Amino acid sequence: MKSDVLIIGAGGAGLVAALHAKKSGARVMVLTKEYPTRSQTCMAQGGINAALGNAGEDSIAAHIQNTLKSAHGLADEDAVKLLCEEAPKAVEWLDSIGVCFSRTKDAKIAQRTLGGASAPRACYAQDYTGLKILHTLYDRCLAEGIEILNERYLLNLITNDDEYNKPFVCGATTLNIRTGEVETYESASVIVATGGYSRIYDKHSTNSVGSTGDGIAAAIRAGARLSDMEFIQFHPTALKSSSILISESARGAGGHLLNSKGERFTNELAPRDEVARAINDQIQNGEDVFLDIRHLGEDFIDAELPQERKLAKLYENIDPVYDLIPIKPVAHYTMGGIEVDKNSQTKLKGLYAVGECANHKVHGANRLGGNSLLELIVFGMQAGVNAAAYAKSFDKNIDVQEQTQQANNFIAGIKHFTNQIDFYEKREFIGNIFYNNAGISRDDMGLKAVLGAIRQIQKEIPFMGPRDKSKIYNTNLVEFIEFGNMVELSEIILVCAISRNESRGAHYRSDIPTENDMAYKAHTITWKDDAVLCADFME
Amino acid sequence: MKIKIKRYTREPEIKEATLEYEVDLVDATLLEVLNEIKMKQDPSLSYASGCRSSVCGSCSMRVNDKEVLACAYKVQDGDLVEPLKNVDVIRDLVVDMDKAYAFNQKAKAWQSSLSKGIFLTQEDEKINELQSDCILCGSCYSACPVYAVNGEFLGPFALTRVWKYVSDARGSDLASKIDNIQSNGVWDCTLCNECAIVCPQGISSKSDIEKLRAKSAQHGYMDPSFGSFGGGFGFDGSPSF
Repeated sequence: MKSDVLIIGAGGAGLVAALHAKKSGARVMVLTKEYPTRSQTCMAQGGINAALGNAGEDSIAAHIQNTLKSAHGLADEDAVKLLCEEAPKAVEWLDSIGVCFSRTKDAKIAQRTLGGASAPRACYAQDYTGLKILHTLYDRCLAEGIEILNERYLLNLITNDDEYNKPFVCGATTLNIRTGEVETYESASVIVATGGYSRIYDKHSTNSVGSTGDGIAAAIRAGARLSDMEFIQFHPTALKSSSILISESARGAGGHLLNSKGERFTNELAPRDEVARAINDQIQNGEDVFLDIRHLGEDFIDAELPQERKLAKLYENIDPVYDLIPIKPVAHYTMGGIEVDKNSQTKLKGLYAVGECANHKVHGANRLGGNSLLELIVFGMQAGVNAAAYAKSFDKNIDVQEQTQQANNFIAGIKHFTNQIDFYEKREFIGNIFYNNAGISRDDMGLKAVLGAIRQIQKEIPFMGPRDKSKIYNTNLVEFIEFGNMVELSEIILVCAISRNESRGAHYRSDIPTENDMAYKAHTITWKDDAVLCADFME
Repeated sequence: MKIKIKRYTREPEIKEATLEYEVDLVDATLLEVLNEIKMKQDPSLSYASGCRSSVCGSCSMRVNDKEVLACAYKVQDGDLVEPLKNVDVIRDLVVDMDKAYAFNQKAKAWQSSLSKGIFLTQEDEKINELQSDCILCGSCYSACPVYAVNGEFLGPFALTRVWKYVSDARGSDLASKIDNIQSNGVWDCTLCNECAIVCPQGISSKSDIEKLRAKSAQHGYMDPSFGSFGGGFGFDGSPSF
């Protein structure tokens, strides 16, 4: 099947890119391993940032400044400037396609304050902001007749070499989950929009089970570079027993963090890395930590935070109107990803990336709440337009035969793995050792111990494998391949975290707690050379 | 605790069975129980899941003949778990949602054109706040007795989503939206309310359909079952209002 622009992933970023590639005249095809509206984007609660000043004085300059400050020197100033300047237009566009934002008394889009922001800047729709944006984008895609194929799982990106022996991307191999067959999609350009890799932390993550970094792993295997993979954001307030997210807007509205003694111990509206560390310190000292929103009152909670109340009741058996909410910080967002330039283009010709899987260098070492929904609109537009423009001038012959055969061999071969070791146990094990040693607080010894364990698991993979050998809708097989991708990314995260001998934003090294600009105010770049992992710091 | 799960496979040939599983979890959601069974007992058990927090709509299924989200249902001893109804089962609890989703396309559940410079008040916002909570889990299609016998019926979530755009202050070209939902649409519903009972988001497609009927009347349409009587009296002579 041939297209001009092939988009892998149908969350917010993928759908925005699809709409704009189509508008640019390209034939567009979108693939997703789930269904579009089931993507991670639906879980975003807090809001989307834009300096509209609807709820208090604000300016684009302040948005830029807040974002840069939180990024701890690792953001690209031009990219941040673009992000913040385009933000009002992005929200205006969402409003124009029918997103049901909450409104102010004077008929403007309502805004609230999230951590690290100097003004109420996050436009929201109760605590369903991501859900409502994602569904409206999906409806828009239907209106524009965009072709979306569901339940296609990305295996690899296809590359060919040009006349100068330089590789370019020209499609992807996928597993049709419903049939169990390998399918090949040829395309002049490919946009990866597959989301982040927080599920490496397994049950210590707010994310959907699908956030397994498939596109990022496929990109580095195909020859793209990754950057800043060690920067993983821990959300301060997830429900203690289930890691279900309680939105930052609960603190933005005046919620307090309390320890077992009922004492407040930190500024609840500091950036997430600081708040997560403060909570972690309390927990390490034997305290339980709670979010207290009782004083906000039932009316406010039902109007602004209905989802939070429902989830706290279901998963913790408590009602936040009357009870304290037990919380802990868990992995929430991955700042690192596929390295892209100011045009959303990767180092690999024909390959673009957008959303959480990409690193546009706007979040740096710590993302601000409300900037990720924004990022996927602003850069989704850009990626779609640029991939379409590239496809227009694409004139090469494509040969997919060999790589299709490899994908078939891979799927056939994987079913012959011996199953002496249970990969589900290993997946849970990796989640635990990552959370404890490569999480909110890290040190050299702990990171190296985890790296040792990961390298051992890499050797053991042939002794694992899916126990279910069937073809039709084999989720055991898909989960095993996802596990393989997570193991591949785990090694990269650890190599980066060990190399960065300093503390910066979300990367906190308890053995070296200070920032060292002389040595490390640079991006951690990783790539594969003949399947060997290489890493370096680059400006 | 023991639960029964209806299993189904097409491979190598179609086979159905209701199997019993014993799990040692207390106060657990159905999704947690399914995960436990898959990881510890039977990796071939197939079901869809995503967010664990009732917003992605992946894990809709039926327990004791009622539609639930597995992530939001606390398991009871003896529960019988089955896939959604009125939809092709791919394997075990996994169903093919493509056909139901296609009704959004057929019903043209989108804003007809991009709006410019329209300011929504808080009252405007409240009109379709609830409808825009829809997560497309498909529970309503499973519970709908009309859809069960008429596979062309546009169905509950598609009509709710049409109402969302029809009722929105930013909407335009309402006439064509209304035209589009007359056949196999608003008049086919029996207003039985099953969709509202099972909706995990508390949406009542039934009342959205009633509102669409009222809008249809404003656009000159009438209940086709009243034929040329023009309302007033049904075929059976009973008055209707």
